[in-house]
Amino acid sequence: MSTCSVSKGCFVFKPSTKKRRLSDKTAHDFRCTSNDSEDTELRFVTCQSLWNQIKSETEKIQENLNKQLLDNLVSFLSRSHSDFQEKTTEWTCRMKFREIPTAALVLGVNVTDHDLTFRGLSDVLQDNITPYVALLEAKDCPGIKNLMQKLMGQLMKCDIDVDSLEDEDCVQVSQNRIRCSMPSLISWYDSVTKKTDSETPSKKRNSSSRHWQSPPVVVIFRDMESFTTKVLQDFIVISSQHIHELPLVLIFGIATSPMIIHRLLPHSVSSLLCIELFQSLSCKEHLSTIIDKLLLTSRFPFKLGEKVLQVLINIFLYHDFSVQNFIKGFQLCIVEHFYSQPLSVLCCHLADIKKRVYSLSHNQCENIRRLPSFRRYVEKQESGKQIELLTNDSFLKEETEKLLEDLHVYHENYVRILRCLHVFTSSLPKYPLGKQIRELHCACLENRVWETEEYESSLQLARMLNKTDLVTILQQCVEILMSSSGKEFDRAVGKLKEFLTQFQNLEAEASQERDVSVSPQKELQKKTDLYHLQKTLLELKESRRSKKLTKFEMLRFEVVDYIDSLVRRYLVPADQRTLQEIVYFNGAAVLRGHLNAAPRTALHTALNNPHWYLKNQALRCDGGGISNKAPDICIVYKLHLECGRLINLVDWLEAFSTVVMAAEETNADAASSDQVDDVIHARFIRAVSELELLGFIKPSKQKTDHVARLTWGGC
Amino acid sequence: MRAGRGGGAAAARGGGGSGRGADHFLSLHLRRDVHVWVTNYRDIKMPNLEHPAYPAADLLHLEGLVPCRESQVSTLLSIFGERQQFSFPSIFIYGHTSSGKTYVMKTLLTTLQLPHVFVNCVEYFTSRLLLEEILTQLQSCPSGTEQTSPVHCDTLSDFVRLFKQALATQELQDQTVYIVLDRAEQLREMEANILPAFLRLQELTDRNVTVILLSEIVWELFRPNIGCFEPFTMYFPDYSIGHLQKILSQNHPPEYSADFYAAYINILLGVFYMVCRDLKELRHLAALNFAKYCEPVVRGEANERDTRKLWKNIEPHLKKAMQTVYLREISSSQWERLQHDDGEPGQLKGLSAHTHVELPYYSKFLLIAAYLASYNPVRTDKRFFLKHHGKIRKTNFMKKHEKTSNHLLGPKPFPLDRLLAILYSIVDNRVAPTANIFSQITSLVTLQLLSMVGQNDQLDGPRYKCTVSLDFIRAIARTVNFDIIKYLYDFL
Repeated sequence: MSTCSVSKGCFVFKPSTKKRRLSDKTAHDFRCTSNDSEDTELRFVTCQSLWNQIKSETEKIQENLNKQLLDNLVSFLSRSHSDFQEKTTEWTCRMKFREIPTAALVLGVNVTDHDLTFRGLSDVLQDNITPYVALLEAKDCPGIKNLMQKLMGQLMKCDIDVDSLEDEDCVQVSQNRIRCSMPSLISWYDSVTKKTDSETPSKKRNSSSRHWQSPPVVVIFRDMESFTTKVLQDFIVISSQHIHELPLVLIFGIATSPMIIHRLLPHSVSSLLCIELFQSLSCKEHLSTIIDKLLLTSRFPFKLGEKVLQVLINIFLYHDFSVQNFIKGFQLCIVEHFYSQPLSVLCCHLADIKKRVYSLSHNQCENIRRLPSFRRYVEKQESGKQIELLTNDSFLKEETEKLLEDLHVYHENYVRILRCLHVFTSSLPKYPLGKQIRELHCACLENRVWETEEYESSLQLARMLNKTDLVTILQQCVEILMSSSGKEFDRAVGKLKEFLTQFQNLEAEASQERDVSVSPQKELQKKTDLYHLQKTLLELKESRRSKKLTKFEMLRFEVVDYIDSLVRRYLVPADQRTLQEIVYFNGAAVLRGHLNAAPRTALHTALNNPHWYLKNQALRCDGGGISNKAPDICIVYKLHLECGRLINLVDWLEAFSTVVMAAEETNADAASSDQVDDVIHARFIRAVSELELLGFIKPSKQKTDHVARLTWGGC
Repeated sequence: MRAGRGGGAAAARGGGGSGRGADHFLSLHLRRDVHVWVTNYRDIKMPNLEHPAYPAADLLHLEGLVPCRESQVSTLLSIFGERQQFSFPSIFIYGHTSSGKTYVMKTLLTTLQLPHVFVNCVEYFTSRLLLEEILTQLQSCPSGTEQTSPVHCDTLSDFVRLFKQALATQELQDQTVYIVLDRAEQLREMEANILPAFLRLQELTDRNVTVILLSEIVWELFRPNIGCFEPFTMYFPDYSIGHLQKILSQNHPPEYSADFYAAYINILLGVFYMVCRDLKELRHLAALNFAKYCEPVVRGEANERDTRKLWKNIEPHLKKAMQTVYLREISSSQWERLQHDDGEPGQLKGLSAHTHVELPYYSKFLLIAAYLASYNPVRTDKRFFLKHHGKIRKTNFMKKHEKTSNHLLGPKPFPLDRLLAILYSIVDNRVAPTANIFSQITSLVTLQLLSMVGQNDQLDGPRYKCTVSLDFIRAIARTVNFDIIKYLYDFL
């Protein structure tokens, strides 16, 4: 915590404000900083409820995605020590070396997402398998001693949590903590397991019913790569000696590839482990699911514009692979949209629209009139209606409601047809419109997709699909369109079904025609001499080229044309729809500034062109010149850009004083002597040390009175 | 006994004289036994273990427990002498992994019921833990009672004092106490005084105690540079194939005859002896694969004598086991399940099969740039990454000694600026130096794909090394359509 006091001393801090008050304050912030303070409360509430919906949705999705992995892990863990508990007397069990069961959990390189997975994992473990779960991180365990300390601390604390009423336990633990070795861990384990056994049935609410007699102790190594080899080896060797007394299970969290196990552990150590591999879903698939469930649905009124979506996806694919960050970015979009767009009050579910539209104030109506998409709409209307729209608020409201409902319908249809189109394009060779539906979505948002070359080529390819593919595609399309509730697509479904029956009829006809078509082939086989063979082949080719289209081909053309017509009708880019600004967030530049910051560039701008941030007219410099009004550090920075790898401090000071003195030319005579003014000298030294602090220069040992530049470029 | 006490006096005389004092000591007490041992040392076919101090029945039992290690045991017995006699102050036993050092010591001491303390130095990783553990075990030493109270012992002088106390309370003064330190190489990493002190614990405590150090490395790598007491060193040779056969065949499953199991062990050793002589591992493998060996017998397709048929059945199976389960590519439980379900091991991919690592787009390029920076000489950067690099004379460019050697020498460190410069020139579109790019470098370091060299100052221009292999980087480069071989100086 910081104070505004300059002096050192003791300060009393009141405990931080309660949660509820905090949210009030944010609502307040929403209001007072936004320039148009219209309906801020409502906007804030809408934003919050929308985000909560989305959040719970994403959590549900992630739970489902991880379910398979966690189930596998749980079954592995429950299997791991049961073998030995059941048949310890059997010969093979006596002879076999008792290995430590180990799960190698490959999670992918997006380390930031692992937190969530591990949290879910330890929750599941504690619910189903064992209360004893320890999560170790490499940064806490530089040595085996720290590792043991951390491990025992976590295990014993979790025991205290179970029955916190007993004070004796705490005392015991604090005594034991001094000796952090395996035997004390084992004795602790014995005591806790014995205690749960001897407990009266009434007392054990949750322990023994879900866990067994001796639940395993699970140790999770969060980031296997970062652990030092020695620590891991020592720990494994130690615990393998006590595996009979302490049923230990290890889980290695691996970000790269399971090869790392062999790289970190020699054979003598890895032979103590019984390693099984578990792989989580790839993060790209994870993202696809998230996009599918959050963006390509009409459940949420809020939409992302093309550029914004592109920024988010690019950050994901180019930089971090982190789904969490993607969702965070999405959240930022929501907040930014509701914060900056006063009309976002109307960005709500269809049921609420009517009420909200009719309670709009006059100012808000003016806001609607100012929207570019609305202006375009007005211009298309006849003059009488134009005047009504621009002057009559209640008329405007009626019209707005209608338009918003249209927009909603458009979204529903858009998603269906997009999915249909995706079914088509994803089965084409080379994927001219992209393999993933998100690519297709971006293409459709960007501009009229049917005007692009890729669309043209994919239609060409679609006209060459074989029958079985085409039939399955059509069936999928029918399924997608059937799943919509509205009656919009009844006709389309009917048409597609008709196509399907026609294909089936074709099959019947084709079997009849087959005997006829075989005949030229047969002829070919009869001929033996070369000349005749050539002749017939040429004839065949000729006939094939000029041949009329078969029925199948005709039908195929019809299908593709029909799909094309659907696309042209429903996949109109969103930015051509009226009132799209209300639900679409388009501030890509803002988002990029927040999520993909460029500190180096910002620093350079600040030092090179202080006017950019300070907004002081005096600082405005034209064309590379150095203004002497600029802060000292800016002058020093600009001068240093002109130097090479090593900078002579004396020269630098000369240049600095020249620049600074330029203003005070009136008393230049006084300063004409070689001596630099003490004040200027001090200012220079301060500026240079500030520059050093920022990491641009460092003192050099190569030459006296020189400093080395740490950056390149600039000149 | 008197002369044994003299050891303390020898210590007082200083380190120099101690070696001689020990010899003197040895000749005094073990004269008779040692002479017997010297003559019999190489003789494997020694008769039963003999020692006047211990009952013959115990010795016979002991001999049954330590097959193929009789000569070592008899040597040890000779050195130990009778219960009340002073033994050699410290004994150093070394030998390869699983040559029976720990097992023999443990069996010997427990069978003959000698008072002893057995400590693994890996487990007690600090000197304090180690000393405290010895004292704790000493409390329950002769009686075997579990009641121990925590001991606090911080330094060696404390230890000596407490050790004497413990001996007095446990009434162990009239017999030799053995302290066995397993994995003694760990002692070298503790405080400098620990190892020398253990070597002459007899002198320091002035009690009848012998310290036995077990290690896999030779004594020469232990010897501290300040004059220390030289322990009696003893080597446990590797088990030969005959020994292994004998030991492994000893524990046959109750439902099958010993001969049948011995034949199985013979086949097993035929396959695995070339790669593995670790007894523990071999026994584990034997147990894992025995079920498969018995299969034809169980199904009634062959009888127990039908060795050839059984061999044909098991041999390919064992070979497969060598490539998978022995290397821990798949776990033993998975292997057993496969056996059980009669599945092909091919359907289960081993750990090494998953080498593919998915990385974000710019991370891939960062890694490629780091690889290039690590393996190309700095002066060639101009040639590779500048569009108009002008004419570079070929003779000058291709210095012979530099060629092909870069990959043999391993990665070289490079500064951050060079990495970024190469990155900007190999990525097609413009890359803004955003915070994300920099954090990706750090993530690559945490993933151990890059490593940081000299972590002294972040501002001071950090230096990195690329730690991935050529195969790995080629796989990465292929996914972004970058022909990395064209940019590597070694392959020009």
